[in-house]
Amino acid sequence: MSILALKNVSKSFGALKVTDSASFDVPQGQALGIIGPNGAGKSTLFNLITGNLKADEGSIHFDGRDVTNVSAMERCLMGIGRSFQIPQPFEKMTVYENLLVAATHGRNQSEGQVQQACATVLEQTEMLRRANTPAGQLSLLERKRLELARAMATEPRLLLLDEIAGGLTEGECQALIQTIKDIHAQGVTIIWIEHVLHALTSVVERLLVLDFGKVIGIGDPDEIMASREVKEIYLGIDV
Amino acid sequence: MIWIDTLVQGVLLGGLYALFAAGLSLVFGIMRLVNLAHGDLIVMGAYLILVLVTLLGLSPFVALLIAMPLMFALGWGLQKFLLNRTLGDDILPPLLVTFGLSIVLQNALLEGFSADSQRLPTDALTTASVSLGPVTVGVMPLLTFASAIVVIVGLNQLFYRTSLGRAFRATSDDAMTASLMGIKPSNIFATATGLALVIVAIAALYLGLRANFDPSVGPARLIYAFEAVIIGGLGSLWGTLIGGIFIGVAQTVGAAINPEWQILSGHLAFLAVLLVRPRGLFPRAHD
Repeated sequence: MSILALKNVSKSFGALKVTDSASFDVPQGQALGIIGPNGAGKSTLFNLITGNLKADEGSIHFDGRDVTNVSAMERCLMGIGRSFQIPQPFEKMTVYENLLVAATHGRNQSEGQVQQACATVLEQTEMLRRANTPAGQLSLLERKRLELARAMATEPRLLLLDEIAGGLTEGECQALIQTIKDIHAQGVTIIWIEHVLHALTSVVERLLVLDFGKVIGIGDPDEIMASREVKEIYLGIDV
Repeated sequence: MIWIDTLVQGVLLGGLYALFAAGLSLVFGIMRLVNLAHGDLIVMGAYLILVLVTLLGLSPFVALLIAMPLMFALGWGLQKFLLNRTLGDDILPPLLVTFGLSIVLQNALLEGFSADSQRLPTDALTTASVSLGPVTVGVMPLLTFASAIVVIVGLNQLFYRTSLGRAFRATSDDAMTASLMGIKPSNIFATATGLALVIVAIAALYLGLRANFDPSVGPARLIYAFEAVIIGGLGSLWGTLIGGIFIGVAQTVGAAINPEWQILSGHLAFLAVLLVRPRGLFPRAHD
């Protein structure tokens, strides 16, 4: 069963069509990677899925329900969590408080349950020792981890990762990949936009290629990477 | 000896100004909204308490307990249905709307209560005084100052110890991201203004017990509140108390030199601080 299904979703900014009849679905529990050149409309696609942007046409179903006209907040409560390409933590609040905010609202849980859940997420994302540091003082890797942790604190069933590995060193990247693998192993469905291809392909089971807002290929990562179209368009190699 | 007395009276007066300023500071801190009707809301709160005292024959302090939830509801509705619509990238609409609200409130109060000055009834407690070493201070100024401390401690506890406080801080930092985490900024803003008006009700009680008020005195309270907030540094509640004390002391010292100089010397002290520390005495590290 697919947890997310997009049908002919389009979005334009003025004359520019940034998402052009995108249709695909993501089975429950799968990890899907999204690649495409800069400006291909990858982040816009995420904004359409999370509800930050409203689709001009088409429909989006999450967990069997039509969420095309559902607000971003409600989609979050339904189980769509995301990390931002540029980390946007609440700078003056500590790491732990950032998670508490993400975990508290719209949920019928006691303060104790929320604290317990956040402690688990801190451990899982290796941020326990930074729990009481104001988010504004974190290193880049830690900020990325906080983005991940904060998304996890909303207890998502679908986790959207936006270039979370960008700008990290190889060692940092490997550590982060392991964390994402662990999260995926728990059964969380993941959609991951990434330019660091080896990071992406070491986790995802399927790859989607986006160019000028169009889905130009989706399937097995190896086959997708080997296809002529992808090499031409995405990697810029003239074949 | 008279100078110590003057200083103590000034410090205690500062408590009243901090109460005027705390609600203003709260609203500005959370939603960057400068509420130009703040002073008139204080005066309106004083009339509300006066009505409760007159109609129900209550003590002003008991009337405050009834006024607080009413003021919360008023603040909540005001923010939810009016002021939230003015918030955005442009800072002009909230200024214009609250300025208009200020005029509407003044005229409504004038219509309802006439221009006669009023005062909340005082009793034995409100006129009592105690001797503290060399100086004698009124129980009311002491109570006012203690209330300011309780309000500030309470707000700090709320901000840093509760989930509502975290929602306030998160929304203040980045309302869009907060909304992605299940927080409804419009409700958070409404709750903040409701809370600010609860503090306004407390300030109104002490305003009405301390001095006469009439529908036109709101803007001057707004100015004192502004000065306290700016001297303290925007966003710092303890700074606001220090700012209030600064103005209070300046006013009583001015008045001790020449009774006509009270208000003027408060404003002069404010200008002096602005010249030396334009961002206030305790500015936030970054905004």
